[in-house]
Amino acid sequence: MGKIVVVTSGKGGVGKTTSSAALATGLARAGHRTVVVDFDVGLRNLDLVMGCERRVVYDFVNVINGDANLNQALIRDKRVDGLYVLAASQTRDKDALTSEGVERVLDELRDQFDYVVCDSPAGIERGALMAMYFADDAIVVTNPEVSSVRDSDRVLGILSSKSRRAEQGGEPVKEHLLLTRYSPDRVKRGEMLSLEDVGEILSIDLLGVIPESQAVLNASNAGIPVILEDESDAGQAYADGVARFLGQERPLRFTDIPRKGFFGRLFGS
Amino acid sequence: MNLLGYFRAQRNKNTASVAKERLQILVARERAQRGGPDYLPALQEELLLVIRRYVEVDQDAVQIQVDREGDCEILELNITLPDHQQGR
Ligand SMILES: Nc1ncnc2c1ncn2[C@@H]1O[C@H](COP(=O)(O)OP(=O)(O)OP(=O)(O)O)[C@@H](O)[C@H]1O
Ligand SMILES: [Mg+2]
Repeated sequence: MGKIVVVTSGKGGVGKTTSSAALATGLARAGHRTVVVDFDVGLRNLDLVMGCERRVVYDFVNVINGDANLNQALIRDKRVDGLYVLAASQTRDKDALTSEGVERVLDELRDQFDYVVCDSPAGIERGALMAMYFADDAIVVTNPEVSSVRDSDRVLGILSSKSRRAEQGGEPVKEHLLLTRYSPDRVKRGEMLSLEDVGEILSIDLLGVIPESQAVLNASNAGIPVILEDESDAGQAYADGVARFLGQERPLRFTDIPRKGFFGRLFGS
Repeated sequence: MNLLGYFRAQRNKNTASVAKERLQILVARERAQRGGPDYLPALQEELLLVIRRYVEVDQDAVQIQVDREGDCEILELNITLPDHQQGR
């Protein structure tokens, strides 16, 4: 029985889709059969970040409605073995994701895969609640910025009271903090909340810190999950996060300002 | 750090710590309200109105939270009066 992992945040634009694509790719690369599911009905984007937008025929809602079966809708990644994408529907009908339908499809995916990564839409409306409800693990993507931290805390509240695990009184959803778009130099200058600040306020396990990086934009331009860019800082930071998720110990990287040489110290700011 | 950088750092020194402080207060309050009965916000509003008939207090002067101890629910009410109390 596979695990359902939701990537969520409350606030929009903090890096959920980027992170879903990277983490799912990393899990598959580590040898786990993984599917990444786009829950953002109406605003499909995961397919673009994964670079499979031209291969979408059927989507999540088609499977829920029985217009297609899962195997017709799953898109196999050409780069990494055991990695699949289930695209979101572009319908404007926000009620397309019925609770029974989502449950049925997730159950079926769970039989076939080790990990079902759910890319949540922003907000705390139906789509986001649906993505969170069935989760075993939650990766809470947060930017070091007041409104993002506040929204993350609200999402943590929802996970601990309104998820299936909470309602059935089972073991609580396992929560992980993923701090993204982190700029060590701005933290150093006192302009940005530090990793310690955010950790202290949210007090959940830290899965990783992803630096603000040009590599993310480059990768999404090309439709490549950034974790496949092995040389890039963000790619390496995501790889560390995947390793930690799988229970390995990894020291934090990219959280300090790179040391400058003598001239850098003299002339830099 | 060069001179320009130094002044820039001075000016912005505290924004992150201000952010942290505001967040700690806000998050603590929102957590306290979470999971409480649905009527809490309305109760808080009405209490504020009643208190304001006698004392002019700030919007956030009334804080309510529900604590649970075993089977027992405790409604905790905190009212902050202004420094110089002026009756009406
Ligand atoms: N570490 C990073 N460094 C630089 N840019 C980033 C980083 N992470 C994400 N971005 C950029 O931020 C933007 C939003 O990212 P993304 O689409 O992953 O967020 P999202 O949380 O899924 O948004 P939405 O809430 O709209 O679904 C994108 O342009 C992405 O390239
Ligand atoms: Mg997204």
